[in-house]
Amino acid sequence: MSAIFVWIETADGAARPTSWEALGAANGLATGLSLPVVAVVFGKGAAAVGQQAVARGASKALVSEDASLETYRLEPYAALLTALVKEHAPRAVVAVATSAGRELLAASAADTDSAMLSDAIELGVDGGAVTAVRPVYAGKVLSDAAADGAAFVTVRGRAFQAAAESGGAGEVVTVSPVLAEGDVKVKVESFEAEVGTVNLGDAAIIVSAGRGIANNPKEAPAGTEKADVWKAQDGFETVIKPLADVLGGAVGASRAAVDAGYIGYAHQVGQTGKNVAPDLYIAVAISGAIQHQAGMRNSKVIVAINKDGDAPIFKLARYGIVGDVYKILPALTAELKKRLGK
Amino acid sequence: MHIVTFTRSTPDTAAKVEVGADGAVTWGGAATVVNPWDEYSLEEAILQAGKAGGKSAVIAVGAAMHDDALKHALAMGLDEAYRIEDPALDATDSLSYATAAAAAVNKLGDAKLVVFGKESVDVGSDSHIVQTARKLGWTMLSYVSKILEVDYAAGTIKVERLVEGGKQVVSAALPAVISVMKDINEPRYPSFMGIRKAAKAVIPVWSLADLGVSGLVGKARVVRFKNLPAKNVELEMLTGEPEEVAAKLVDKLLSEKVL
Ligand SMILES: Cc1cc2nc3c(=O)[nH]c(=O)nc-3n(C[C@H](O)[C@H](O)[C@H](O)COP(=O)(O)OP(=O)(O)OC[C@H]3O[C@@H](n4cnc5c(N)ncnc54)[C@H](O)[C@@H]3O)c2cc1C
Ligand SMILES: Nc1ncnc2c1ncn2[C@@H]1O[C@H](COP(=O)(O)O)[C@@H](O)[C@H]1O
Repeated sequence: MSAIFVWIETADGAARPTSWEALGAANGLATGLSLPVVAVVFGKGAAAVGQQAVARGASKALVSEDASLETYRLEPYAALLTALVKEHAPRAVVAVATSAGRELLAASAADTDSAMLSDAIELGVDGGAVTAVRPVYAGKVLSDAAADGAAFVTVRGRAFQAAAESGGAGEVVTVSPVLAEGDVKVKVESFEAEVGTVNLGDAAIIVSAGRGIANNPKEAPAGTEKADVWKAQDGFETVIKPLADVLGGAVGASRAAVDAGYIGYAHQVGQTGKNVAPDLYIAVAISGAIQHQAGMRNSKVIVAINKDGDAPIFKLARYGIVGDVYKILPALTAELKKRLGK
Repeated sequence: MHIVTFTRSTPDTAAKVEVGADGAVTWGGAATVVNPWDEYSLEEAILQAGKAGGKSAVIAVGAAMHDDALKHALAMGLDEAYRIEDPALDATDSLSYATAAAAAVNKLGDAKLVVFGKESVDVGSDSHIVQTARKLGWTMLSYVSKILEVDYAAGTIKVERLVEGGKQVVSAALPAVISVMKDINEPRYPSFMGIRKAAKAVIPVWSLADLGVSGLVGKARVVRFKNLPAKNVELEMLTGEPEEVAAKLVDKLLSEKVL
């Protein structure tokens, strides 16, 4: 059987929403190559997620809920994916380019001596070969690549349309793991969830703040060691987060804000942070250095709010406001609450 | 014993990168730098080699431009540097890269730990890191933010990893390939003495034959590079009192259908 495989990543027993984009991309390739799509789902809730994949256009789902696969670990996941690829010889294996997806597909591509095309924003078929477009040099240039033989492809989040429910039917087949728990050398000893983090890559709206957020008119409490850190953190809490919350969005930051200790690295957008492409990106008190642009320039609509009308960020923006974040943002949050009925 | 790390030169992150008329990627006269993510992996290799009483080695895969990064590494204090170059090697194909990289690690003979940076700022795919681990048949631990314990005699390692949604502590068997995040350490600057020593260093270049690799055929190929399609965003400035600009912006965003 030749097919297009798609790995549906799960978290806590549910599909990661961006996995349906991978299925959408796989459905596109399958049409181009006249092949069926087979979803591969491992871990807690795999059978139910496999059923959903079938409802969204996969002709079949291969699932395993074995305890050794309960949460993602490279070793047992790659062993099983590689075995399934060897057995079914798919033309392509698609997954979304999360940290797990990138790692799992690369491992299985190596195991089977296949081509790896990572981080695609467009896919195609050219003379039977799977082709992919991907941004390189921090998004400053694009590369067109082609695969010889089976292609392992990761697709960038938010670059492909999610597969919609089409009410399709197909079978869900249970497969057995390759590695027994005793053979898995990597053991997870503990996990500490970071509270309140929104995954920037999944967010449709991002409100990011930069170094200028430290220009908080409030006074830091007497005895505060670093007044700028206090002021910036208070700004994130009382001005940036409320705006993100009313928009249902995530909070981002420039590297200057991260390096100064105003907010955690998980929030950094840019060349050495996250690469994001939300529908709406609001850059607040961010000058728009080229390294910051590298991580957000593909956002659909960019709004820049900066007290310096000459800041480079305005060159990318669709809407610009010259003004003080501490005056503009509270007004904007209040207006949105009113208009969105929150 | 060797602790091995990989690095390469990348265009300065502030450089304007574009595709020239001949189809090649250029960054004008801008300098190259050691891939910024690798400052952490180079530092970690020095630290781990020191703790283990072993040698640190750094390897670049590719053309002579990467010697600058290797010299930076030597100036920081790495003990040995090597470069892999071969006409049959297309380093943009992660599988070819990983095959060569794994062979080089095996050639050193006594490596137990390979440390990579998180990714490169130019290509930024990181595929070949895990592929190097698979070709070696070693444990892969990505996004390591802290090495908690390494016991070479017992063959065990315990690290903290940054994964989506939080931090994970995992224990695993050596030998292992790890990729490290910033914050794992405070990279040192090359010392004056280090720079002098590195300037004089002669870097051995290994061919695929030197590595015992033959018949390597890439599976993924870059067909062409192209410039970004021009993005015609027309900037509209919104002016007025805070309440007025807020109302104007919300109107605009509603009509753009992004809310
Ligand atoms: C190797 C390398 C990698 C890098 N990677 C990244 C990266 O991934 N992401 C990243 O962001 N940067 C990165 N940088 C850093 C980048 O070059 C810039 O230094 C950084 O983006 C600047 O952050 P900023 O805009 O917050 O600060 P600044 O440039 O200091 O800008 C602050 C802005 O705030 C405005 N402002 C001040 N007060 C107010 C106020 N009250 N109201 C409104 N506006 C106000 C100012 O007008 C100014 O424009 C990298 C740099 C290097 C060398
Ligand atoms: N040509 C190369 N030679 C040596 N090391 C490299 C090379 N390319 C990438 N690396 C290393 O691999 C990591 C990931 O690179 P990349 O997959 O290009 O994002 C980088 O942090 C470097 O440590």
